[in-house]
This record gives sequence, structure tokens and C-alpha cells, in this order.
Amino acid sequence: MSAWNLPIKAIGETPLVGEGTTFKTVTDTVCRVTENKAPRGWWVAFLLAASFTGILLTAVAYLFWHGIGVWGNNAPVYWAWDITNFVWWIGIGHAGTLISAVLFLFRQKWRTAINRFAEAMTIFAVICALIFPGIHVGRIWHAYYMLPLPNEMSIWPNFKSPLIWDVFAVSTYFTVSLLFWYVGLVPDFATLRDRAQNRVRRIVYGTLALGWRGSNRHWQNYERAYLILAALSTPLVLSVHSVVSFDFATSLMPGWHTTIFPPYFVAGAVFSGFAMVMTLMLITRAVYGMRSLVLMKHLELMSKIILTTGSLVGYAYAMEFFIAWYGGNQYERFLFVNNRLTGPMAWAYWIMISCNVLSPQVFWFKKFRTSIPVMFVVSILVNIGMWFERFVIIVTSLYRDFLPSSWGYFRPTLIDIFTYAGTLGLFFTAFLLFIRWVPMIAIAEVKGVMPEADPHFGHDDGGHEDHESAGAIAEAEASS
Amino acid sequence: MTNMQHVREGESEPALLLAEFDTAGECLHAAEKLRDAGYTQFDTHTPFPVHGMDQAMGLSDSKLGLIVFPIGLSGTALAFLMMHWMNNIDYPIIIGGKPASVASLPSMVPIMFELTILLSAFATVLGMFGLNRLPRHHHPIFNSARFESFSNDKFFVSVEATDPKFHVDKTKMLLEDLHPTSLEFIADDNEGGQDLESAAGANAPTNATGEGA
Repeated sequence: MSAWNLPIKAIGETPLVGEGTTFKTVTDTVCRVTENKAPRGWWVAFLLAASFTGILLTAVAYLFWHGIGVWGNNAPVYWAWDITNFVWWIGIGHAGTLISAVLFLFRQKWRTAINRFAEAMTIFAVICALIFPGIHVGRIWHAYYMLPLPNEMSIWPNFKSPLIWDVFAVSTYFTVSLLFWYVGLVPDFATLRDRAQNRVRRIVYGTLALGWRGSNRHWQNYERAYLILAALSTPLVLSVHSVVSFDFATSLMPGWHTTIFPPYFVAGAVFSGFAMVMTLMLITRAVYGMRSLVLMKHLELMSKIILTTGSLVGYAYAMEFFIAWYGGNQYERFLFVNNRLTGPMAWAYWIMISCNVLSPQVFWFKKFRTSIPVMFVVSILVNIGMWFERFVIIVTSLYRDFLPSSWGYFRPTLIDIFTYAGTLGLFFTAFLLFIRWVPMIAIAEVKGVMPEADPHFGHDDGGHEDHESAGAIAEAEASS
Repeated sequence: MTNMQHVREGESEPALLLAEFDTAGECLHAAEKLRDAGYTQFDTHTPFPVHGMDQAMGLSDSKLGLIVFPIGLSGTALAFLMMHWMNNIDYPIIIGGKPASVASLPSMVPIMFELTILLSAFATVLGMFGLNRLPRHHHPIFNSARFESFSNDKFFVSVEATDPKFHVDKTKMLLEDLHPTSLEFIADDNEGGQDLESAAGANAPTNATGEGA
């Protein structure tokens, strides 16, 4: 038996749930959030988030009525907050898939405490992201140009363009994430169904649970499906942000035309996603009393991933500079030194460096890695820093065009700000509804990694001979 | 089958025998015992997949991969055919000097990959539910009032009455020897679509004979 297969105590790890946790307390702790009345704070947050969603709808309606001119995008900066927000939201989604798929393949059992949460975040973040390519086309009635449909001159989309690759990548990503999430939810919906105290809950959760009865003949196919979905999602998540980076990397713009982009974007995506999971997790864990299921150990491991990916991103920033110098292209060198490091947009660059590269370095120390206030502040800083990373990549490559006569600057308009703040509102609205009605921690998966889940739990002899003798007893009985 | 004669008078025919256990280990042990006694139509119902249960029940490997693989490949083919027909045949587009022919295959790779994943994922999920015959509106096992705790902290073993080895008394004795916390015959109420209430496991059925062990 190889190490991945061994129960958790055999590989010398401490339990993944708090002391005194039983199967029953796991069920109760997670389910009661959806069964009890929402705390007052939930309503406050929900109304706030819903109002921001209203702002989003208003801003988008205004945009459709008046056109793209209501945004700050103008010559020479034709791509600005719209694409920045798109890439930022997609990136946030990546942590969910990383946790649900990549950590699953690596048998990181601690993922069970946070995977449901992070997968939900993925879905809502991708919804927010998908809004931007949809609305930035300007003439919304031509949004179907993104789909493989012929236009009014019977010309099909150009499949050599990374922009249409992006449409396929992001929509596949959304669909697969949703399927993966739902498959994970089915056994937990069955738990809610079996606990239901009224008819509405019984019908709704009963329908969602699809008649799940925990049969091992079902679990067998279910586990195989989970494995296949994880194996499919792992290359998928790497491909999605790679394809997003192709939108830039296949162009001939200095600052965009670099081969480091795909891995650099993927690392940044995981980085920002983990920061967002951490921000939300710290709040929810405290508000809903999930401390016995989400331990400091989980948070510390997340801090380590933030440190790792943050350092990878820092390495990518350094490598971009090295290649700009070593490549000897004067436009590239000018862009990095005069347009990013210094110049009128340097403030954005330095916000990015301090938030993304410097702030996570505190996690080298266990004291900070296990301090909730430090984690909270750093996770917020990383979210800010990663937004600025996309802003720096997009806007600082564009604002000084090749001829000084076409140099400009970018300033967002109020509509830009409303749209962005509005997507945050949409994200939190969806997230709060999720917390209210769906088990926010994967009940069945957490139970599966508890020490009691091991069939040999309580037998120090390993129980192996036991099983062989069981056959002998049965045979003896059958013959008698 | 011949075991019809063992049904006592005045009782409906049991659909299955349901035993409840407190731990995953006992449940696994019961599955091994049923397997070794030659039963084939039995099942375990657990809150999470129990490690080693497939071997304990003597199940062969899941067939899901056989469904997913061809459908995934057809996704690859579909993506290629779509792009090839749209950009090279129906309305050839020459962009950046790249020929409107199969020679432009490298630019097709990302979408071929994405559609492979997309179709594979649908095949995985629909195939899994198909193999499991879910969604299913009702199952006799939900007639047990105790069964609702399968999704909480209890472990169940069920033996279907259709099993060739099933015998009302012998099967019961076999399971009684394993000291289940509860052992009961569950009747199929044959109510089809009318039993939503009991499907949710909320009410005790009237025609199941419960018996503690």
C-alpha cells in the first residue's frame, strides 16, 4: 500500500478535525447553518451586497444605453478596467479548482475543510468575470460574435484568434466547475433531505439529492467520477489562465509579448484565489462557529500556499525585467523602466509589488502564519495587489503608445467604479445565498478523512487477519 | 423464487433486509461475510465511501472510464471538424498568412482540448448517474424509519429479497450474528409516485416489520 492510500494517522499527521468531533457533530455543525434563522449580520451583509448588485445592473444598463464611451477607455488605452476585472475574477476562481482537483490528485486530505467553499467561490467569480467580455463589446446586440455563429456576412469566427479560444476556455471552465460542484453536493443534499423538518425543504433538497442513498455500488462510480473530474479539471484550470494570458502574449505589444505569461498568470491566479478563500473563510469560520472543522492547521497550510505562489509571482516579475534587459529590445526596456518602474503610472506598479511580493513574506514566520489578524490583512492586500497586477499589465503597456504624440493616461470614470463594485456585490450576494442554503463544508468528505472513518479504527492489530477469518467463519456457517 | 414460501402469512413480501451498524468497520465486516456466503444482491449504505468496501463487497472495477474515454475523443474530433469546416471549407479565412487548411492545426489545439474536457465532464457526470440509475424517485429502503441516519452517522447493510441466496430466516440469522444495532425487513409498498412523504424518510411505514437485535 503506497502512502497516499494510508489512513491519516499512519502517515504521522494530526487529525483534520477538532477534538471531540464525531460524524454527528460534523453533520449538525454544517447543516444547522442552513436550518436555523440567519443571523442579523447575514441580513445586513445580504442587503448591502444586493444593493451593490443593483448598482451593477444600473451601471450596465447605462453602459448599454450610451455605449463604451461612459468608461474611461480611450486612445491609447482601449483595454482597461473591463479586462482587468475579467482577468482578476477568473483568477480568483482558480483557487477553487486547485483545491478541488489538484489537491485531490495529490491526496491532500486537508482540502476537504475548504473545498466546497472554494468551489462555490469559483462559480460565482467566473459569473462575475463572464459579465465583462459580454458587456465590453459595446454593441450588445453583437455579443453573439463571440460564439461560433456566422455573422451577417456569413463569415465564421476566426479560430486562429486567442479571443475565441478564451470564450471556449472560460465557458468550459464554468460548466465543468459547476458539474464538479454539484456532484460533490449530492451526498450532502441527501443529508439535508434526511434532516428536513418541513415539506418544502424535503421536496427541494430531495429533488437536488436525486434519490441518493449512500449505496456503495453508487459510491464506487461516484468516486471514480470524482477522480476523472479532478483529472479533467487539473489541465483545464492550467489551460484557462494560460489561454487568458494568450490574449496578451500572442500580441506584439511590449510588456505583453512574453513567453512567461501562461505559467505566470496561472501562479497569480492561484495566489489571488487563495487570498480570496482566506478572506471569506476567516469571516465565515468565526461567524458560523466552524472552528472544529476549519482548524488553524488548515489556515496555516493556506498561508503557506499564499507564500509559495506569491514568491512565484515575484519571481515572474523579476524575470520579466531580466528579459526586458537581456532581450535588448529598446521598446520593451523603455516600457519596463520608464513606464512601469518609474513614470506617471509607477504608483500602480509599486502597489502591486508591495502587496503581492512583500506582504506575503511575513508568512515565513509561524507566528504570523497562525495569526488570524495578520492572515486577514495579508489576504486583503493580496486581493488588492492582484487586481493591480492586471491593471499594470494592461494599462501600463498601453498608455504610452509607440509615438510620444499618442501618449496618454488612464482615468476611470464613475461608471467604471460602479461596475466593478457592482460585480463585488453580485459575488457576495451569490456567496451569502450559498452560505445560507447549501452546506458550506463538504460533509461527506470531511467525515471520510476523520480517524473514525477508517474501518480499522479502534483495532490496533490492523484488523487484517480479522477479515480473512470472516470468510472462514461464513463458510463454516454455510456448510453447517 | 422458491423463498416465497418462507414469507409468513399475513405479511407482505419483504423487499429487503436492512441491518444497521454503528461503525464503518462493522459494516465492512458484514459486507465481507455476505460476500463470502455467496450473496450478490446486497449493498452497504454509508455516509461517506468506506475505504476497502469495494473489495469487501466483491465488486469489480467501475466501468465509468469506458464511457468517458470515447466521448472525450469525440469532443476532440467534433472541435476539429467544426473549426476545419467553418474556417477552411465553408468560408476559408486566411489570417496572418496561416493557410486555410489542416496545416493550421496548431491554432486549433486549445479549442480541441477544451471541447475534449467539456464532453468528458458531461460524460463523467451523466455516465455516473446513469450507471447508478439516479435520479430515482423512490426506493423501498426509504420505507425504513431508521434509514435517514445513513447520511448522518450510521452504516447500513441491505440484502435484496431478489438475491438467489436470500432466505428470510437464514439471512436474518447471518446478520444477527454480526450484532447489528437494528435489523428489520423492509416491504416495498408498491406505491410508485405516491409516496413522497416516506421517500424523504420522515414517517415510519406501516407495513415494515421492525425488529431490534
